[in-house]
Order: sequence, then structure tokens, then C-alpha cells
Amino acid sequence: MILLIAWRNVWRNPLRSMLVITAVALGLWAGAFVMGYSIGIINQRLQTAIEKEVSHFQIHHPKFSEDFDPALVIPQGGVKLGHLRSDSYVKAVSPRVIAVGMAASAKQSAAARVFGVMPAREQSVTGLQDKVVEGEYFNDKKNRIIIGRKLADKLNVKLRSKVVLTFQNKDKDIVAGAFRVIGIYETTNPGYDEMNLFVKALDLGELLQVPGQFHEIAGLLHDPELVEPFADVLKAKYKESLTETWREVSPELGLMVDSFNQYIYIFMIIILLALSFGIVNTMLMAVLERVREIGMLMAVGMNRRKLFAMIFFETIMLVMVAAPVGLLLAFSTISYFGTQGMDISGMYSGHESLGFETFIYPKLEGIYYLRIMILVIITAVLASIYPAVTALKLNPVEAIRKI
Amino acid sequence: MAVIETKNVHKTYNHAVVPVHAVVGVDLKIEKGEFTAIVGPSGSGKTTLLNMIGGLDKPTEGSVMVNNVDISSLSRNELIDFRLEHIGFVFQAYNLIPVLTARENVEFVMLLQKQSKEDRDSRVTALLEEVGLSDKTDKRPSELSGGQQQRVAVARALASKPDFVLADEPTANLDSKSAENLLDMMARLNQDEQMTFIFSTHDQRVIDKAKRVITLVDGRIDSDIVKE
Repeated sequence: MILLIAWRNVWRNPLRSMLVITAVALGLWAGAFVMGYSIGIINQRLQTAIEKEVSHFQIHHPKFSEDFDPALVIPQGGVKLGHLRSDSYVKAVSPRVIAVGMAASAKQSAAARVFGVMPAREQSVTGLQDKVVEGEYFNDKKNRIIIGRKLADKLNVKLRSKVVLTFQNKDKDIVAGAFRVIGIYETTNPGYDEMNLFVKALDLGELLQVPGQFHEIAGLLHDPELVEPFADVLKAKYKESLTETWREVSPELGLMVDSFNQYIYIFMIIILLALSFGIVNTMLMAVLERVREIGMLMAVGMNRRKLFAMIFFETIMLVMVAAPVGLLLAFSTISYFGTQGMDISGMYSGHESLGFETFIYPKLEGIYYLRIMILVIITAVLASIYPAVTALKLNPVEAIRKI
Repeated sequence: MAVIETKNVHKTYNHAVVPVHAVVGVDLKIEKGEFTAIVGPSGSGKTTLLNMIGGLDKPTEGSVMVNNVDISSLSRNELIDFRLEHIGFVFQAYNLIPVLTARENVEFVMLLQKQSKEDRDSRVTALLEEVGLSDKTDKRPSELSGGQQQRVAVARALASKPDFVLADEPTANLDSKSAENLLDMMARLNQDEQMTFIFSTHDQRVIDKAKRVITLVDGRIDSDIVKE
């Protein structure tokens, strides 16, 4: 009967209840959609960063990253590469020769990081060929270079222009090589494009005097969830090398994901906090306009526990009508835009320059809806306390005095 | 045996600068089956006395015994349970639960008492028939006239099988015919079932029907007349 009364009380003032229900539903819709949107952005950024830049794991000489000494190649790199290629968990691996030095055109020069890659392998890991927006990918010819758009602009070079790369070789001698621009690539991260350029591993290996050896092996797994355990296995197996996951290679990426996850919950909690004031206000009005009735209920023998339960259930029901509506709306819009995508290129200038995609696919997994629902229930419970306590404080004698 | 006995009951309100003595030293005994009206001018203390007898308010001094239980010493929660089991209330403004039907309003108190469904069904049906509302069981209060609502309120007051029913100005909001019908019904219940009714009233019709009339003036019993 308490539940029945509570339910009917919800609809006693339909307009007021509908206003609160609408507010809660819209708030949840907005909150859940922004969560999905944010997760979509961050997932895409992460996916791009992992699949196109960092990869799931990387192997180096333990001291290579300290000052990129060309002599510090991966011990038995070729053997390791063979093992990884035949590992069923591994989707693709790309061995790289790396040099940090100077790239110079006839007019300008700039610091650059040069990756010597095996074209087909690099394509399978980072999809470098797909990022070439001008010119073509590597062919059989020697000393060809693929340069980022931003760096090309900076050096004022075009296709077929000559770029001279200067760096130290394995013996610490300064060496230089002339490369002809065969392609210009562009990623969503201009900072990356400005710094990194690609040549063939064979060409760079000869210049550095480390032919057939590598400074880096980057790999992708079939299942991204297995990165940590797989890296643990490699760490145990290749003790003389340094194996790192994407989180270890780019800790800022992991931090970004963790921070975003916290932000979206803080955002949702703020929305729910704002909504809770509306709920408290509505329920308080409902209680205060029923002083006589509540007094009568206590007079005829309704104890405080049941009275509290009545107000509590009334609040919960009010919110529970709204929550599925809001979450269903969120689910629908997230599903729609998750498939169709949202073009935000016109909304934010500079979004791309931060490495984020301009076409967003919002995504919100079931566990988030469940967590939102739990947060909503907690909000409803907390919002019911003040009106219920206010009701409990009423003196039943009021009911008779007001006659 | 007295159903209700008040001993030297005082009620003083200290809300104002000057204390208000609403009830002053009232000694009263009400036996089972009485049909008693407490009358008096406004501010004479009738409602305050009724509230204390009903366990809604506590005396500043003295004691209120209901079936030999000193209800003035019970805690707030104990009083709620006591009221549920022993006292029926009829209010001037009916005070039905607007979202429940007539049947549900009557049944509500029995649900609080955790009575079985069979007991509830049979008693609610019998009570609504007794008050002449068998055909209005599924109507909500807003669909009933004032007289009909007050009849539902009487049925609700009786549903818990109380020791007595307190009715504060039960006819004040009713037209003459409805008031007459209601009083006849209560008198019949008093006659047939020995149900004790105590009224606080100004209404001469109630006073005429009452078998005992207690007059309060300035919080004191001015007269206590038992009609022959």
C-alpha cells in the first residue's frame, strides 16, 4: 500500500512531476551523451596514437632512449623479429632503424627524427602508406624519403626536392645522406608530422653502419586487452632488451585516458548534483503542501519508518521514471552518432592540431549506463532524505489543529 | 470500567509572552459505550483536551489513562502504535488520502495493523455497507460529496476496531441533511455495537444527540450533564 500511495502521489500533480521527470531525463541524456562523446574522442585519440604512432608494444636496447645512440641496437634484433612474426598473438611487427639529427633543404634546416623502416612491415603496423597525401610510398629506388606536411612546409620542400639528413653514425662520426622526397604524409597530429620522417631501413642502416640491425621493434596485437600480459612475457623472455607497453612508452596517453575517465564521472556527478536540488525542491513542495495529510497519517497510526518509506519511494519512483527515458535517449543518440559519426571540424578550430580527430564516433559501453544508473539511484536516495526528514518532523497534532 | 480517565490534566502553552493555560485540572472518566459531546466556546480547550485523550498531544501536568495505560508517559513511537490499535479519529475536514479510493482509505489502517487480506476484505465491505457507501467503494475522495467523505472517514476510524472514536467537529463542514445522516449512523453504531464516541463540537445537532455533554470554559469543566 505504501508503494501504491507513493506511486499515485507521484502523479498527483502531473505537471510538476513531468517537469522534474523531463529535467532529470534531459540531464541524464546530456550527461550520458557527453560521456559517450568524450569517450569517443579519447578512444579515437588513443587508437590513433597506438595504432599509428606508438603501437601496442615496443622493444629497444635498454639504454637506447637515453640519447638515441645509434650503436645501441636491439641485441639479436633479427631473431626477435622472427619470433614475433610467428607469434599467433601478434598482428603485425615493424622493425625500425632510428636516428635523431638534422634535416636540411636548400633553404632551411630543422631537427628531425628519422625512422628507417621496412615499407611493407611499417604499412602493416602504422599504415604509413595510407597517410601519404601527396606523391607515393617507397619503391625500389634508394634514398627516398617520406616527410610530414608540416616539416615539408617548414623546410620549404616539395616532391622530388632533395633533403640532406645529417647525424652521427655508430662510431660517433658525422655522416650525411641526400634523400629525395617521394611522398608527403599527413596525420591528425601536426606535432608528429613536424618531427618525424621516414626512409628505408636499408638506406639508414648503411649510413649509421648498423646494416641488418634495428633500434626498435614496434608491434600490434590482435587483442589490445592482452597488451600487459603479453609484454610481461616478452620482458621475461628478452631480459637483455627493454620491452614497453604503450602506457610505458607514452605515459601521457595513459594519464590522458585515466584523467578523462575521472572527468566524465565528475561531470556526471555535477549534473546529478544540480538535478538533486530540483528533486529536493519538488519533494519538499510535495511534503509541505501535504502537512495535514501527513499529520493525519501519523495520527491514525502510520509510524515514522513507513512515512519515511513513503516519501523515499515517491522520490525514487519520480527519478526512476525519468532515468530510463534519459538513458534511452542517450543510448539512441550515441548509437546513431556512433555509427554515422559527428563532424566537429566546423565547431573547433585547432582541435586537429592537438592530435584529435575531427570526426567523432561517440561510444558508451553498457557498464557506463549501469554506473550512471547507480549514481542516479544514489542521487535519488540522497535527495529523498531531506524531504522525508522534514515530513518526520511534523507533529500529528497539526492535522487536527488545522481543522 | 472507564475507557478513558484523565487525572488533573493541565496543558499550558508557553509560545507567547504570557503562558496560555488551555486545559486546567480536568478530571474526567468516560465509560465504554458512551456518546459524549465536549462543548464550549472557541478557545475553551475542547480540541486540546481531545488531542490529549487521543495521544496526539501530551499534558503539561497530570495523566491520561486509556484502558488503564498512562498514554502521557508513552514515547512518540509508542503513541503512534497505541493510536493505531486503540483509537479511531474522525476529522472536521475528513482528511482522507486523496490518491486512494474509498475502499483503500478504509483498508489502509488495517494494512498498517498487518491484518490478513481476508479479514480486510470482509471488514471493509461490511463497514462501507454500514455507512451506506457500498456503491461508492471505488470512488476517490474528490468524487464523493462532503457527507460521503465523512462517512468513509467514520468507516476508516472503525476499521481498526478501536476502543473509542474521537470526532473533532465532524459535522462542521456538512449540510444539515448530511450532518443528520452522519449523526444517525454514529448513534446507530453506538447503540448496536457499543462503540464509544467522543465529540468536540459546537453543533447543536450533535449536542442534542449526545447522551452526555461536558462543557468546558477557560480550560475547566464547567458542567457535566448525563442525559436520561
